[in-house]
Amino acid sequence: MIAESGHYALVLALGLALIQSIVPLVGARLRDAALMNVARSTALAQLLFVGVSFVALVMLHVNSDFSVANVYENSHSMKPLLYKITGVWGNHEGSMLLWVSILALFGGLVASFGNNLPLSLRAHVLAVQAWIASAFYLFILMTSNPFLRIVNPPIEGRDLNPVLQDIGLAVHPPMLYLGYVGFSISFSFAVAALMEGRIDAAWARWVRPWTLVAWIFLTLGIAMGSYWAYYELGWGGWWFWDPVENASLMPWLAGTALLHSALVMEKRNALKVWTILLSILTFSLSLLGTFLVRSGVITSVHAFATDPTRGVFILLILCLFIGGSLSLFAGRATSLKQGGLFAPISREGALVLNNLLLTVACAVVLFGTLYPLAMEMLADFKMSVGAPFYNLTFAPLFALLLLAVPFGPMLAWKRGDLLGVTQRLLAAGVAGLVVVAITWAWVRGGSALAPLAIGLGVFVIAGAVTDLVERTGLVRLPFATVLHRARGLPRSAWGTAFAHAGLGVALIGIVCETTWNSEYIATMKPNDVAHVAGYDLKLDGLFQRQGPNYREMIAEFNVSREGEAIRVMTPSKRSFTTRGSSTTEAALLTRGASQLYISLGDATEGAIAVRIYYKPLVLLIWWGPVLMAFGGVLSLSDRRLRVGAPKPARAKQRLQPAE
Amino acid sequence: MTLWFVFALMTVAAIFAVLWPLGRTSRAQDQGSEVAVYKDQLAEIERDLSAGLILAPEAEAARVEISRRLLAAAASEPATAPTSSLKWRRAAAVLAFAGLPLVAVGVYMPLGSPRLQDFPLAQRERGSGMAQSLENLVVQVEQHLEKNPTEGRGWNVLAPVLKRLGRFDDAVRAYRNSLTYNGESAERRSDLGEAISAAAGGVVTVEAKAEFERARALNADDPKANYFLGLAAEQDGRKDDAANMWRALLAKAPADAPWRALVQSSLARVGGGGTMPALSDETIAASKDMAEGDRNAMVRGMVDRLATRLKQNGDDVEGWLRLVRAYLVMGERDKAMGASADARQAVAGDTERLRQLNEGLRTLGLGG
Repeated sequence: MIAESGHYALVLALGLALIQSIVPLVGARLRDAALMNVARSTALAQLLFVGVSFVALVMLHVNSDFSVANVYENSHSMKPLLYKITGVWGNHEGSMLLWVSILALFGGLVASFGNNLPLSLRAHVLAVQAWIASAFYLFILMTSNPFLRIVNPPIEGRDLNPVLQDIGLAVHPPMLYLGYVGFSISFSFAVAALMEGRIDAAWARWVRPWTLVAWIFLTLGIAMGSYWAYYELGWGGWWFWDPVENASLMPWLAGTALLHSALVMEKRNALKVWTILLSILTFSLSLLGTFLVRSGVITSVHAFATDPTRGVFILLILCLFIGGSLSLFAGRATSLKQGGLFAPISREGALVLNNLLLTVACAVVLFGTLYPLAMEMLADFKMSVGAPFYNLTFAPLFALLLLAVPFGPMLAWKRGDLLGVTQRLLAAGVAGLVVVAITWAWVRGGSALAPLAIGLGVFVIAGAVTDLVERTGLVRLPFATVLHRARGLPRSAWGTAFAHAGLGVALIGIVCETTWNSEYIATMKPNDVAHVAGYDLKLDGLFQRQGPNYREMIAEFNVSREGEAIRVMTPSKRSFTTRGSSTTEAALLTRGASQLYISLGDATEGAIAVRIYYKPLVLLIWWGPVLMAFGGVLSLSDRRLRVGAPKPARAKQRLQPAE
Repeated sequence: MTLWFVFALMTVAAIFAVLWPLGRTSRAQDQGSEVAVYKDQLAEIERDLSAGLILAPEAEAARVEISRRLLAAAASEPATAPTSSLKWRRAAAVLAFAGLPLVAVGVYMPLGSPRLQDFPLAQRERGSGMAQSLENLVVQVEQHLEKNPTEGRGWNVLAPVLKRLGRFDDAVRAYRNSLTYNGESAERRSDLGEAISAAAGGVVTVEAKAEFERARALNADDPKANYFLGLAAEQDGRKDDAANMWRALLAKAPADAPWRALVQSSLARVGGGGTMPALSDETIAASKDMAEGDRNAMVRGMVDRLATRLKQNGDDVEGWLRLVRAYLVMGERDKAMGASADARQAVAGDTERLRQLNEGLRTLGLGG
């Protein structure tokens, strides 16, 4: 009954989405509030039914009901409970159900918290959202239905891909989807605005919190995914420029550009056409990512199953939405009114430069992702575009962008004073140069560019600090005033500083890890000692252990430094009987922001191949994005974004003491 | 019946979600407007100014700009009061009442299986003791042996099961343990050798050969050891030795030994003429029926492994010939033809190998 109820709930959600995509539009045309409000209640009901459907699938997985094909194919009765739950989205059908659940969640959020929107805009946004939802409900029901049944249920399931039986899977896909799908809201806003024909500064403010939410989750989702690859795949790498990774990076780049251009639109009513286009492109790239990952065009850990009908279906959805929205854009863009003017050197100018660099970087990644696919399909010629390509193209673009980052927030709107800003950033520049000099003197080996890149990172961080110092008047004003000004500073300013500093932090981590990581690969016998980066790792022995649905071989290492014991590290190799495959569980030892990393290779008669890495400051790579996401959260909590129509009284009260 | 009741309830809830806003009289709605946003922006300018974040002239400029937007927005604000169109609301209600259940049933019926009950595992395990799968049992035995590794009988039971499940490396370990705790025996030694060569994809490795030789030292008549030593000789290219060993084995074999057919077909493969004429296809097909059972499955497993190995690395002409021969022996002429076509394709780039292959295939009667 659980299975069938979940199935039926999903079908009802489709029915509601169909109604939601027509009735509110009629209402908006007739200016009928009741018809427009249908969007709201159907969006909430849709969320309820998709929720029921999702919970049903989770329960089926938890109960190991192998009469459901999806459970049989991806679960095993002896899997730990956590992985039974995460296994729900560890497969194609379930992950698509999660996708629509999050889509419905965002629809529900707009329905419940969209009180500050004009009624007709909300009706349009929810209707567009329902078009997307209908397309994906149909996709799920027709080609990837998670509720299909098996008449004679097998006794035991086929288990989940062991690589996916990991805590990373519990967090990474939902985060990433919250990001991917979150951009559907800015897409819906853009299409709604085009349909209504009203696009102005207010629109940008209404969209901003939604874009920000999506961006925060996407940032965290990408960082999580990268960390998962780092410790689970056992190669010690954290980014492979793999098409699937690129698929998530592209919406992030476009979304970041959108976040910044929406700022110009909100403040100056300029860049309107461009912002609308970016909203459409960002979600299109999310859809493209879904297509690449789900259609089986690319084989990877993410492409759970390949089925040509699915690919064709998603391709249809892709063409329909991207083509439709772009033609609507082409039809309406010319009628948009010109907004505020600005000099090339100004905050707006800086944000345009930011957009330019981000979109070009995004185009580079798009090219690097699609070109090999196109070559393979058209010319039957296999090639791969990897790190060397991106080092030559993506890296310089980003270096340029980072160099400009500290200038942006300090330039004034409309026309700025570049010389003045440069003077104020002098201290940050000097800090960067000093670090370059120190790094140059201190380290040996590695690329000559590395110290420069570290200096750039320090410059970005110091620039973010300088911005805060300037705004609060620290140094030049008395402390009490500084405190007062710091409190008066909009949270979004704090958010900007944190997010920009996060970029610098991540850059330093990336450069240190790639330049100075040391590696030790050998076959070790018990009581052998490896010396890596000043650490002594002694292999104490090899043990066998039985896990819930796997057997594992554990190697025990005693780690010491200069004779002083630090900790025992236990990397292992797990073999899963049901799938007949094995995974390596790397052991990590964190020292500050640096890590020791051991992963096991093949075992031969009492000896085992090991790879030991020492990765200096590697954790900064992920602390950076976390800092960026934190900045996003600060910015989101800014009262400006929360202020809707009904709250002017509070704002006035706040004003009083300041005068 | 309850299922249909739940469906009906859900449908009613969905219809209600559409009807609810339609039924409410339209009053002044809580809704935002652009005017509110611009007023808010003005307030923000004041706040920034008083906090000293921007200077007075900048604030003035911004204020002028926002005021201009405010005026424009106020002018374009829809002046008309919200209308209510009864006709369209009725249409929407009809859509909800008729359309929603129609779509729901129309989509669900061909896809769903409303007659099928849930089968949660907990309920099924109570239902029958048979539900324990082989894998579960194996895991239980393994867990038991993990704690009592010296229990020889357990290893004895476990090892052949592991081998049948295809976990050859584990089977090798289990046979070794069985030897340690149950003591030496020719049978166990040759079983171990068999597991080792199965793990090596059907190749009798040096290690496996050592085990078979030890088995033969313990019991010169051990059939499995003799058979595999013959196979080792064949794989080394010493076909006459292989034929002699197998002939000797057949001579001593009881008439009803289940492995007789296997040895006979092997003998036929190496062209063990003399006492045994090469078997015609019909006899092999007949012997195939006789040899139903474990041995047959074993051969098939080895052939499959060989086929997969060749699929990955197609350079091995000898391997291809062995595969084609095996298919012929098993009476699967289609597969043999298929394999020889694959083989030609795999070595097409190398004229020397292609020549060897064609020659070999001709001797098998597949030339051309």
